[in-house]
Amino acid sequence: MHAVMLVLLALPLAAALICLRAPLPVTRAVTALAGIASFALVLVLLPAAAHRDIGYLHVLRVDALSIVFMLATGFLYAAVAVYSIGYLRSEGPGEHSSRRTRQLWAGLNLFAWAMLAAPMTSNLALLWVAIEVTTVISALLVAIEDTDGAAEAAWKYVLLASAGLALALLATIFAYYAGAHVLGQSYDLGFTQLLAVARRLPHAAVQLMFVLAVLGFGTKMGLVPVHTWLPDAHSEAPTPVSALLSGSLLAVSFYAILRFYQVTAAALGPAFPRNVLLVFGAASLVLSMLYLFGQRDVKRLLAYSSVEHMGILALGVSFGAPAALAGVLLHVLGHAAAKGNAFMGAGVLVRKLRTKQIGAIRGGLDLLPWSGPLFLLALFALGAMPPFGLFRSEFEIVAGGLRSGSYATAALLIVAVTAAFLGLAASVTRMLMLPLPRPRTPAVERTPAAERVPATAGAPADGRAAADPATGGVTLAAAPALTRGEPSAWMVVPVAAGALALLWLGVHPPAVLDELFSRAVALLGGGAS
Amino acid sequence: MAGIVAAAVAAPSALAGGADVIAVGVLLAEFGMFRQALFRDQVRLYAVQSALISALAVVVAATRHLPDLYVLAALSFALKTVIVPLVLRRMLRGIGAIGGDPRWNDIAGSHALGVAGAVLIAIAVAAFGFFSVAALGLASPVLPATALSISLAVILVAFVLMIVRRDVISQAIGFLSLENGVSLTALVVAAGLPLILEVAFLFDLLVAVVVFGLLIRVHHGRAESMSTAELTSLRG
Repeated sequence: MHAVMLVLLALPLAAALICLRAPLPVTRAVTALAGIASFALVLVLLPAAAHRDIGYLHVLRVDALSIVFMLATGFLYAAVAVYSIGYLRSEGPGEHSSRRTRQLWAGLNLFAWAMLAAPMTSNLALLWVAIEVTTVISALLVAIEDTDGAAEAAWKYVLLASAGLALALLATIFAYYAGAHVLGQSYDLGFTQLLAVARRLPHAAVQLMFVLAVLGFGTKMGLVPVHTWLPDAHSEAPTPVSALLSGSLLAVSFYAILRFYQVTAAALGPAFPRNVLLVFGAASLVLSMLYLFGQRDVKRLLAYSSVEHMGILALGVSFGAPAALAGVLLHVLGHAAAKGNAFMGAGVLVRKLRTKQIGAIRGGLDLLPWSGPLFLLALFALGAMPPFGLFRSEFEIVAGGLRSGSYATAALLIVAVTAAFLGLAASVTRMLMLPLPRPRTPAVERTPAAERVPATAGAPADGRAAADPATGGVTLAAAPALTRGEPSAWMVVPVAAGALALLWLGVHPPAVLDELFSRAVALLGGGAS
Repeated sequence: MAGIVAAAVAAPSALAGGADVIAVGVLLAEFGMFRQALFRDQVRLYAVQSALISALAVVVAATRHLPDLYVLAALSFALKTVIVPLVLRRMLRGIGAIGGDPRWNDIAGSHALGVAGAVLIAIAVAAFGFFSVAALGLASPVLPATALSISLAVILVAFVLMIVRRDVISQAIGFLSLENGVSLTALVVAAGLPLILEVAFLFDLLVAVVVFGLLIRVHHGRAESMSTAELTSLRG
């Protein structure tokens, strides 16, 4: 198992280095293989981690909690690596120079590497370093599109996330301070060491540590009110990066909060950390639900849905019942698959119609025989419809909330989740189900100009026609007609795999996951109150 | 509370007094950056602030017999007082924000608030940080608790700096001085933090500076200015 851990740490890094040098076809193959191999390695680690904690070399440690987050990252890494092949092939000529394409491939590998490394360390300081590394890499990936929007989003992201992580660093320092009171000056911030002496840690320092950690890592997780970078970065990044940001990066930041939660709950009892998470979770859920109505940009819509799901995770932990905690962990996996699918599906739509504006995207189901229905399924999954995994997880979270006596919060959760689904569904069904504007046959061209202009002006999909009514008919005829068909099969396969995974998690999760979750729930002190 | 009162009554030792003076110097440098009107001077003040923190690390190393801190002080001096300011100045010179066109040198107008308003807010926030940390009663094993309070004041003023200044350089400097504030806190409450971890933090800072520099260059290339006033297209 130790060798597996080392290979898992080395593989994405090696792939990134190869991507910087090798010819482009090689970079594609290397990234896809590295992604799939990493996912396979996580699966190899999974059964072992469900039974025991695997520690190695003093700083590496994989236990039942960390493997959940590695699984989410590993799955998305593989999916995104395959998807990117189609994504980059289907873009217009000259949209990216080969240098930028190379940077994108290398960046994806590095990004996945940092996110896989973060849950593998047992050291709170190294955990912080790994998460800061994810920030700097992903900020560059957000900026890679080379548009005004991307530059703006990247600047806001790097500034806000770095400032947030400075607070998280402060939390790490106070964790050291608290531990040094008991363990002496020369211990090295392993969280198992802290947990062992948790009851003797000074209370004020631990409280300060936890609030700073939630505020700091919560910035990267997208908790309201420190979520403001998130919609910008998710909407302006290339689609594969958006999928990784949403499904994996947010989860890894949540993982960091859970580790601090573990220490705090052991030191102070669970009431204090649960209340802190309750406040942030409820705020995230309610505010993001409101933002889901009336969004104009499809990727911003999905980004706010991510904020909503992060709120659900925080609330689930604040319930504290074992069922709710198991639901939270399943939710992490389900959200990674569902949000990855939603972003990748939206990416196909955006590729096809060349716009991110919800008002301009029409006829998704007509145009895309596979991606259209799969995008719709991803929407149902995000809205916690049965039989998908997120239905099971949210059901468990609500059931746990009711069992722990938080009736009002559980009711709020149900109402907000339902309203959020309506907001999401209103936009997505419009994009997928409304028919395309009238097909541009030569018959349109032959009609008199007076009739033609209103017809094209009614179709906001075609900005050129609206901007230039005089020559509109001619331009329209020259523009490539939108035909039914997928831009690339590479962009369908990973989404189909994600849908199958969601179905599997919802209908019959494998027994090893149950063992894993019960062990992880015990780590989080489920039930003790 | 009794402990705080007793500490206030007893005369501070030479070490405590010296440490407090250095910490106050760090806070003053922070206020200097807050009001500074030229990029060049802002970078200089950052270098001074970093040097003060390295000096404090040497003081702690000498008086508390923590030899690791000498190494940390040297590395921190090399990185934050020499390398980072050099990198920043080279980059600013490259895009004409130092030397070159004087219009781009001056950022006095990048305040979102008036002089009095901004300074009053910064003072109020600094005072809040100072007194609220003192109320927590966290005692440091190596330095007086006043230094801890001052370090939190530095962190909060750095946040105000990033909020009220509307140009990318000031915001980046704000982040870097925020990190200096965190370093000061670490020195007070976590002086024994293993050297390898401190080095990891410093390395991380270096990577962050490079990325900040790249993004500043991207911003400058697209907006042809340092101002963030036009970064308003993404909202809602």
